[in-house]
Amino acid sequence: MFPPIPNPSVDPAAAKPRFGEKDIMRRSASEVTPPAERLTEVAKLIDISKCIGCKACQSACLEWNQLHEEIGFNHGVYTNPMDLTANTFTLMRFTEWVNPQTDNLEWLIRKDGCMHCEDPGCLKACPSPGAIVQYSNGIVDFIHENCIGCGYCIKGCPFDIPRMSKADNTVYKCTLCSDRVAVGQGPACQKACPTQAIVFGTKAEMKDWADFRIKDLKTRGFDNAGLYDPQGVGGTHVMYVLPHADQPSIYANLPDDPHISPIVQAWKGATKYVGLAVMGFAAAAGLLHYVVAGPNKVTEEDEENAERLTEGRTAPPPSPPSEPPSRGRTP
Amino acid sequence: MTAYDRKAPEVPDDVEAGDAVHPGRPVIVDRYTVAARINHWITAISLVLLALSGLALYTPKLFFLTALFGGGQWTRAIHPWIGVVLFFSFMILFIRFFRANLPAREDVTWVAHSGDLLAGHEEKMPEVGKYNAGQKGVFWSMSGLIVILILSGVVMWDQYFFPYTTIEQKRIAILVHSITAVVIICVWIIHVYAAIWVKGTIGAMTRGSVTGGWAWRHHRKWLRELVGRRARGPRAPAE
Repeated sequence: MFPPIPNPSVDPAAAKPRFGEKDIMRRSASEVTPPAERLTEVAKLIDISKCIGCKACQSACLEWNQLHEEIGFNHGVYTNPMDLTANTFTLMRFTEWVNPQTDNLEWLIRKDGCMHCEDPGCLKACPSPGAIVQYSNGIVDFIHENCIGCGYCIKGCPFDIPRMSKADNTVYKCTLCSDRVAVGQGPACQKACPTQAIVFGTKAEMKDWADFRIKDLKTRGFDNAGLYDPQGVGGTHVMYVLPHADQPSIYANLPDDPHISPIVQAWKGATKYVGLAVMGFAAAAGLLHYVVAGPNKVTEEDEENAERLTEGRTAPPPSPPSEPPSRGRTP
Repeated sequence: MTAYDRKAPEVPDDVEAGDAVHPGRPVIVDRYTVAARINHWITAISLVLLALSGLALYTPKLFFLTALFGGGQWTRAIHPWIGVVLFFSFMILFIRFFRANLPAREDVTWVAHSGDLLAGHEEKMPEVGKYNAGQKGVFWSMSGLIVILILSGVVMWDQYFFPYTTIEQKRIAILVHSITAVVIICVWIIHVYAAIWVKGTIGAMTRGSVTGGWAWRHHRKWLRELVGRRARGPRAPAE
């Protein structure tokens, strides 16, 4: 058993947040100097082999974050609601999977939610300064007063996690209970988990614990058991122990190799700089042309010609350009 | 009346409703009706507001522009609606102007000599109708780009259209929207520069008229058509 996180101290000094503004490593649409010293990286480890699907984590998340999910409908499956919402930051996704090797039905239960990527696609896509921040302990958090509701983070996320709230037009996702972690507590979901399928600690501790769990699973016949800490996004601060780590997608479409979409990279990278350069060039070319060529002015002669033409006097014939002037229109 | 006029069709494509020539010193040529001008300026103001609010979200360096619209949330909320105004306003403008912007034979010659125009040798240019090939280029570019922008814009308008497309389609839409926006801003720069560079042009869209000399210099074929129509007797413009 992983040693549980002790209950909080009642000493007022213990309530002082252990991280904050000064520990911001990345800030959306802003340049920040990363703190000289990085906090110990934290991580949540979700061991799918230990999950019994009780949804205590889902309830604890709603309770701690004071969220109220709408009363939904029974769709004949255990997953409820059917998808993440602006109120459901974490969701148990249930998959019935027949293992082709053993012909056994396996009930795969994955707790879905923000993965807290080391290289967060949401933060990269966000156009609003400070709406998304990443603390040096690895937590990616949305700062709602800076959120403008454009939904770019939804397009940036490789895991399809953020959800727009219809109530306030800002985007919500799991905060990794940054408010709890700041005072030395683990996330609410971890606290509520009755089987320690969710554990929380430093990233190094979690990796060690995962190793221990994977070794155990391998002795039980899960030869492909492994840790899901996808390197395509620089690793994540929410990791899974997967009994079938060779095929993450069987767990309710967990991406096999997540990375920030190249389309998002192109949009937030080259397009921005090339676009500004092209627009700047167009404006500069105009200015330069005006300075060099001077304005195109109507002359006295032009006015006289127009007067002669309108008064029916002989006006000069159509000016001879290097090719004969055309009078007709293309058919 | 010259041979040229007799050969011209009854109402050439490039003569629009309200176009008329008034003799005098100088000659005054009506180029845009009040309705056309109002239509143009609604479109123009929309385009400028869209560019400002769009650029604010395009790069963090220009995010400060959101202050013009009352902050980030307001900018995000209002941008698509201005887009809707622009789309419908431009649609009316398109119906108004497209006939006069249909390709003509002299367009090829005009494009071939566009270097001369920029170098200040307008006398080498062919006589053109109400719009030269450059103006037609701006018109058709705007038309095409606005269609691309409204379509890609709807795909990324999450407040109303989120469920109808996939995330991947939204990513493509947003990339297309931003690249198209850069192109349309460049077309807009060309349009505005041409109006500033060619003196006497802006009056066409403010007071609605230009001088005869301006029409003679830049749109001589159109001027001849108008004079020809006048010579044949006043006729209510085909509406």
